Amino acid sequence: MNKPLPVPTPVSRPYWDALREHKVRIQYSPSADRWVFYPRILAPGTLADDLEWREISGMGTLYTFTVARYPTAPPWADDVPQLLAVIELDEGPRLTSELVNVAHENIEIGARVRPVFCDVPNADVTLLKYEPA
Amino acid sequence: MGLRGEAAIVGIAELKPERKPKREPRFSIEQWALLSKQALDDAGLSATMVDGLVTGGIQESQMFAPATVSEYLGVPVNFAEHVDLGGATSAGMIWRAAAAVELGIADVVLCTVPSSPLPQPPTGPVRDRGYFGASSNLYGSPQAEFEIPYGNLAQNAPYAMIAQRYAAEFGYDPRALAKIAADQRTSACANPDAIFYGKPITIEDVLASPMVADPLHLLEIVMPCAGGASIVVANADIARRARRRPVWIKGFGERLAFKTPTYAEDLVRTPIADAARQAFEMATITPDDVDMVSVYDCYTITVLMTLEDAGFCGKGKGADFINSHDLTFRGDFPCNTHGGQLSFGQTGMAGGMSHVCDAARQIQRRSGQNQVANCHRAFVAGNGGIMSEQVGLVLQGD
Repeated sequence: MNKPLPVPTPVSRPYWDALREHKVRIQYSPSADRWVFYPRILAPGTLADDLEWREISGMGTLYTFTVARYPTAPPWADDVPQLLAVIELDEGPRLTSELVNVAHENIEIGARVRPVFCDVPNADVTLLKYEPA
Repeated sequence: MGLRGEAAIVGIAELKPERKPKREPRFSIEQWALLSKQALDDAGLSATMVDGLVTGGIQESQMFAPATVSEYLGVPVNFAEHVDLGGATSAGMIWRAAAAVELGIADVVLCTVPSSPLPQPPTGPVRDRGYFGASSNLYGSPQAEFEIPYGNLAQNAPYAMIAQRYAAEFGYDPRALAKIAADQRTSACANPDAIFYGKPITIEDVLASPMVADPLHLLEIVMPCAGGASIVVANADIARRARRRPVWIKGFGERLAFKTPTYAEDLVRTPIADAARQAFEMATITPDDVDMVSVYDCYTITVLMTLEDAGFCGKGKGADFINSHDLTFRGDFPCNTHGGQLSFGQTGMAGGMSHVCDAARQIQRRSGQNQVANCHRAFVAGNGGIMSEQVGLVLQGD
């Protein structure tokens, strides 16, 4: 079964375009001095109209994870265990991801993690996964 | 601020949960009517007295749910709400009904949650809700773009990630979490309506059940069932003349800030903290003053964190609290005396109402073998999504 893929929107397009180039680019609100994820049309909290795109390293720490031993939905039937994770970027925002290149016994919350750019075969999209740094 | 405590729960109807439904399939508007009639009969009130209704989604009609229900019942109303708070919907319905009654815009309000199978259409495709569940895969939905592609959907994995973060910050005692399930099962074994009636379990059984998503075992996760429930909320005059002991709605709080827990400001300090504080302040009591609690228990971790964040024990002290109290109906801290959804059965959207029914039945002294002695005050917690939308209620007898 095919996995559902993200469909970029006019507002989020710069994020996905950056991932295609194996870069991480997220929004920043100067007036709130706050980084923003996921992409918005106005800054969350203040609704300031000053969001600008900035490239970041994508480095972060593992905020939490789980080892899903049963598939979370049918398209992942052949992917267990799924290593679902929440990453806290060094700039502050959190994002949902998956851990790769790590045995699940060796995962520790608080560990440094770095981006792994996963080009989806036969699709013009790159997913942002993570591995221990 | 808030309620004066002059609206009361006066009628209760709740279907026995069914794993393999034997009841005839009914449309949700039909279920709405049948459940409401049963709750009005319980209260000894006539349908002609109803002038308010609160509903969740209606399967037959994606829009205009309250008008559809009003028309189907043949009951014109001055107050109609469509509440969309997942598992917190039921608790959210109760305070909205109470608020409408105290404002004087309605005297008798139905809060009804159908949750049994619907008839299949005689022709055309079979109903299929797909696997996206509470996540939206529509274009432009944040879940479609940033969650679903990574497999972050359904409930088990996100709740597991909350539990893992809790463990990293405060430590984790798997036996304490398992004890929640075991204690609630003890209560279910005294409740003939519970889906797991007659099937006691031990802490060891819970810990030996398959790991679903670390650290959650199978027996720490609710099992979906068919069911349904209805509550009648009425003004003080009617409540005092009704058949049952009035259950006054003394306080409430509601809090939500995110849908996906990835974006919670602090994953392990849940919205029930603010909701419960407001509910207790409104009722001018403290957590120590309640005689039982019925708190949303989709997972054991939900109970532990709700007890902490609602103020029944200190933050990070939940395991100690659980280990040092008996949570069964005959214990020193009666919690989810109907068995909780873990052992009563999670009756879909009506699962949240099962906690309201549990607390109201206790205060009305109708809990049979599960009756808590001298039960006059209860705290109810509703929880929707992934601990993302939460409602607290304080209920009290005269």
